[in-house]
Formats: sequence, structure tokens, C-alpha cells
Amino acid sequence: MPDHVHTSAEDEHDSAYAGLLVNDAHWAFGTDFEDPLAGVDTTIPEGIDAPTLAAYALMLGDDSLVMSHRIAEWTSNAPDLEDDIALSNIALDLLGQSRLLLARAAKADDSVVPALPEGSPAPPEDALAFFREAHEFRNVRFAEVVNGDFAEATVRVLLFSVWRLAVWERLRASTDHVLSAVAVKGVKELTYHRDYAARWFVTLAQGTEESRSRLLAALDELWPLWPELFDTHPVEAAAAASGVGVDPATVREAAEAVLDQVLTAADVPRPEVARRSGVLGRTGRDGMHGEALSRMLAEMQSVARAHPRGQW
Amino acid sequence: MVSVRTSRRPLDRARSVAERVTDPELPMLTLADLGVLRDVDVVGDSHVVVDITPTYSGCPAMAAMRDDLVRELQAAGFDRVEVRVSLHPAWTTDWITPAGRAALLAAGISPPGPAPSTHGPIPLTLLPTARQVRCPQCDSPATELVSEFGSTSCKAQYRCTTCLEPFDHLKEI
Repeated sequence: MPDHVHTSAEDEHDSAYAGLLVNDAHWAFGTDFEDPLAGVDTTIPEGIDAPTLAAYALMLGDDSLVMSHRIAEWTSNAPDLEDDIALSNIALDLLGQSRLLLARAAKADDSVVPALPEGSPAPPEDALAFFREAHEFRNVRFAEVVNGDFAEATVRVLLFSVWRLAVWERLRASTDHVLSAVAVKGVKELTYHRDYAARWFVTLAQGTEESRSRLLAALDELWPLWPELFDTHPVEAAAAASGVGVDPATVREAAEAVLDQVLTAADVPRPEVARRSGVLGRTGRDGMHGEALSRMLAEMQSVARAHPRGQW
Repeated sequence: MVSVRTSRRPLDRARSVAERVTDPELPMLTLADLGVLRDVDVVGDSHVVVDITPTYSGCPAMAAMRDDLVRELQAAGFDRVEVRVSLHPAWTTDWITPAGRAALLAAGISPPGPAPSTHGPIPLTLLPTARQVRCPQCDSPATELVSEFGSTSCKAQYRCTTCLEPFDHLKEI
């Protein structure tokens, strides 16, 4: 467990570089050694199975980590500065949620954290982000799809946040203090994400022929992965049964109702595209992912893996 | 280390030092005015425990806030400074004090209105968020939203249609 007590730095004004070492060395690829859950009551509620809680927190954390990385790929590539900033902000919120959730998973059951090379200062949540293989990720496949154009980003953020907000509205009542606190905070953030994407959805649908056709194409492209968001994995069923989590199937109606409001305002019909099947029935929650995730992780993880003891 | 001679109780002293630390992104605002500083406690004579709460889940300013608190409290003679992150209850802009709101306005940042209720189902808002935002430069009520996302997680971008100046609005959460 990281020591969250800072040591003094009496001579910090003696050298221009001394300030860099105020908290001694930092793990090079994360915020620092600080435990993001320091001071939070991480006691596991009675009657809760710790491995279930950890597995469930990993699923939610992986959804936002992978989605955050995809949206962050828009940084410096969006059509204008305002949307570049908006997408970066959305990615940052999701990354923050993910850090807390992965830390929660590690705290509930440290056996989920991969072993690191000796001397690595990476905190558990970073070990989970940087040192797991694609098949160990439990995100929905929707989150990992390769980016398309701005219309695709709009549809992606809309569908993802409509779904996640519907789940998190209920997650606020989680019997786990940490998940509940993360959800209360996350709901406020996701509300902004959903409204942002919904407004762009209507704007693009009602804009030019070109913008509308791109939007419809993006919707057809992502729609096959929408139903998977509401599948109930056994871990989600167990987490829901114990009051820790939410069975996504139970929020489908609410999520579809919100989506229908957007589709109606945009005058866009529901796509008639079949869902993408799993591989032998296995999907993202089972660790079954597309090639897209492996490529994304190769980029995201390679530097941390090359320098597992990296500090500065 | 600086030794401090004072008749005040260590807790009062620690509080007043912690309350003076400012936000790294909004330096016109103290952490106390921002509502981020939740609690200050002194264990023994020189061990301080400070609770802060993040504004947004991914707020990168947290580490800087923590470092600033540690530095200031150590300079005031507290040997051991522990900064803890408190997630519950979640930060809301309603915790920004009247003094904090005045400081924001004086710095050209439009202060937040009342935070929306987040109980029950969250309604979808397809039209730009309706806020009564006045221009912090010329006080005109004729302002328009440029983007709900700005230079930091907590701000939206606005423009005044009277004086034409762009400005930041601290958005309600």
C-alpha cells in the first residue's frame, strides 16, 4: 500500500530542479504514488463476496478506461477547438472514474492485480491498466471500436453515456460505499457527456445531407454492439443480487426511452441492424475482444511495460 | 523547519493555514472558498490530517492541491501532514462560498448558479443549458454559450454579445 504521508523538502528553493523532487520520485506513467481511495471507507459490506465486487468494479473500470482512451485519441483531431476541448474533458472524466474503480477492484481483492517486476512503483490501478493482456479486460466491446469521423464520435458518446448514466443512476444506491460515491459523482459528469452528444446528434441529423448521411452511417455501424450493453453477465447478476451492482438488463427500458427522445428530436429512425454475436457466446465481459483492443493496448501500454520501474 | 511561537491552539493554526491555500487553476480562490477543503484535524501537536474532495473524478489539480497543503503546513511547523481524499459526499458548486463567488467574478469568471438536483432520473437536456449568466466584464445579461466544456473540467465557455468578450463560467454540478 502506498505511503500517503509526504516528507518534507526543506531545500526546495535552493535549486530550480529541487521542486521536482518534493514528493521524492513519482511513478512515471501515472499521477503519483497517492492512493486515490486514501481516507475512503473501503470496508467490504457484510454479505458481499469480495471477488464478485472486484470483478464487477473491474468491468465498470475497464469500460471507462477503454472508452476514455478512444475519446482521448480525438485530442488535437476534432473539427474545432471547442469540440477538441469537450472530447478531452469527457475522456478525462472517464479516466478519473476508471482510476477510482480499478483502485476499488484492487482494494477489494488484490489477487486481480497482475504481478509487476520487482521494484516497480506502479500503484495497483496502474498495474491493472498497463500490465493486463487484452483477454483480461472486461469492457464491453462497444468501448473498443476503432474511431471513425466526428459523427461516429457523437453516436459513440451518446450511446455509451445513455447506457452508463442509466446504470449509474441506480449504482448510486450500491451497498458498497466506494461504488456509491463514485456513481454519485459520475452521474453529474455523465449528464454533461450525454447532453453534449445528444445535441450534436440532433444538429448533425438536421444539418446538411452530408452530416445526416454520416450520422446515419455511424449509427448503423455502432448499433450491432448496443444490445450487448444490456446483457447480464453472471458477475453482474451476482453483484446486483447482493446490492453492490446493477443488472444492466433492468435499465434497458429507461435507456431506450432516453435514446428514443433523441432519435425523435433528430427525426432519425431506429436502425434495423442485427446485433453482433459473440464468439461461442462470449463477448467483452468474458474477455472476448476484437483485434482493435489489442492494438489499442499495444499503444497504451508499451511505454509502461518497457519501463516498469520508471520514475521521475 | 520554521518554528512558530503562538498562543493559538494547533488546530486553529492548522485550519487557518490550510484555509489560505489556493486552487492551482483558480488562484483567486482558496480551497476553503472552493469547498474542496472538507476537514482539518490535528493529532498530537504536529501531525495534521486534511480532507479534500475532488471537484471532478479526473481532476488533475488534486495532486497540486495536496502538495501545496503539505508545503504550507510544513512551513507552519507541522512535521507530519496527511492529506486524504474524501469522495463522499460528492463536491457540488453549491459549496463555493459567497467570498469565493465574489473572487471569481472579480477575476472575470462567471460564478455558478444553484446546482441541479441529481435525485431521481436525470432528464435529458437537448437545448443548451438555460442559465442566467451575466457577463463578468460588463454585467450584460446578453450572453451565449459557446461550449459546455472549457479550459478546465469545471468550466463552460461563454461569449458576451454586448461587449463581445469571451469568458468562462463555472458550471453547476
